[in-house]
Amino acid sequence: MSNWIEACGADEVEEEDLIRFDHGGRTYAIYRSPEDEYFATDGLCTHEQVHLEDGLVMDDVIECPKHNGRFNYKTGQALGAPVCVNLKTYPVKVEGGAVFIDVG
Amino acid sequence: MSGIVIVGAGECGVRAAFALREHGYKGSVALLSEEMHLPYERPPLSKQCLPAHKPIRPKADYQQAGIELCLRTRIEALDLAGHRLLGRDGSSRIYDKLLLATGARARLFPGMEGAATLRTFDDACRIFERLRAGARLAIIGGGFIGLELAAAARAMDVQVTVIEAASRLMARGVPAEIAAIVEARHRAEGVDLRLGMQVAALVAGGVEIADGSTVAADIVVAGTGATPNTELAEKAGLAVGNGIMVDSRFRTSAPDVFAAGDCCSMPYRGDWLRLESWRVAQEQGAHAAAAMLGAVGEWTTVPWFWSDQYDLGLQVAGWAAAEAKTTIRHLSDDAAVAFQHDDEGRLICAAGVGRGNRVAKDIRLAEMLILREARPPADQLADPTFNLKSLLKAA
Repeated sequence: MSNWIEACGADEVEEEDLIRFDHGGRTYAIYRSPEDEYFATDGLCTHEQVHLEDGLVMDDVIECPKHNGRFNYKTGQALGAPVCVNLKTYPVKVEGGAVFIDVG
Repeated sequence: MSGIVIVGAGECGVRAAFALREHGYKGSVALLSEEMHLPYERPPLSKQCLPAHKPIRPKADYQQAGIELCLRTRIEALDLAGHRLLGRDGSSRIYDKLLLATGARARLFPGMEGAATLRTFDDACRIFERLRAGARLAIIGGGFIGLELAAAARAMDVQVTVIEAASRLMARGVPAEIAAIVEARHRAEGVDLRLGMQVAALVAGGVEIADGSTVAADIVVAGTGATPNTELAEKAGLAVGNGIMVDSRFRTSAPDVFAAGDCCSMPYRGDWLRLESWRVAQEQGAHAAAAMLGAVGEWTTVPWFWSDQYDLGLQVAGWAAAEAKTTIRHLSDDAAVAFQHDDEGRLICAAGVGRGNRVAKDIRLAEMLILREARPPADQLADPTFNLKSLLKAA
């Protein structure tokens, strides 16, 4: 079941960066890729539950700010030690200058 | 049965063992540890009020990966010619390739005899079981371990005094401007900082200072650095300086013997460098594993450290030099990054502190700039609105 939620304005996220979005007791990360596309994942690293909001985005990769666990934020794939559990991703759409994510 | 043997099951040894399998190695892998516990993470031991045994990997992972984990196993001698390790219990073990990941142990200076140290899970249990609200804790050494313990103890309402011989905190490895932010926070939290004070001796009821004064204490803990565990290597005749000397592929002076992690010393920008860092230990373990399987890549990563004190997160990339030119990027009252350049304008170190992971992104970008030997202009580094990522794209 779809459950689209407005997360942020499209211009609130800088290119090749992310921001944090909290909703319904959960926390998410909203990304804008270098190609100007938007993506969303769970906000917490699967290694030690550190929030990814202060992490570095380079190309398709978000890196955890604490222990450098890396994920492809487009697919959620964990890219090697210390992370081994993939990051959950969410469908995203941009409408009227706002970013919506489907939190299901 | 021969195969690859790893002596030491800290962050480095464990990472190396699993990396061997990830690289497809099919021979036997034995991981030897002196300790009785399933290999665990050390960083939390000085950062939490309740010592937690946090395994690096669950026990089942070792079985699944076909890694023979031998706890309570102390190696007494290394017979290089015979490719053989001799255990304290008289057993012997043949290796095709050997990785020494023996780590380091806490170091005490003269006069500190009798002080507790914090390195292992058992050490942490012994210290924290004596910390109660109102107890008096004297910490010798204002480095990462001592200050993390001070912060954890303050959270338990323990009275804390830190005695540091240098005139400031974290003098080894953290620029003064960053250390000052941390110092102010410790004072605000009620820690009694005694800087520029030499310890004369531990006495009944506390610590005697060289100037004749006494710090009253119920518990005394020393966090005054570590000594690499090189005895096995030395006895076998390997080249040892401040650590087991290796090349950039972690090869020691003997064929088929490698060393990595806190116990090894490696050439770094014209000098020998021995690091004590969780992340470096992991990276070196993984790299040494590949090298043992014949990979020829050289290890080039930049040193990286972190510390958590209260809600402050401190990160350092590169190697701080006291005499280097320093540029400060002020982010807020309690957040800043200090950058250091060498004489030719190359970035050599970035150290930052701020709440949570506030400085993480800047430090990570600085790390990549250091690795590329970039020469970022000081005025851009100092401008908090300037995005450091653009420097990386230009580098």
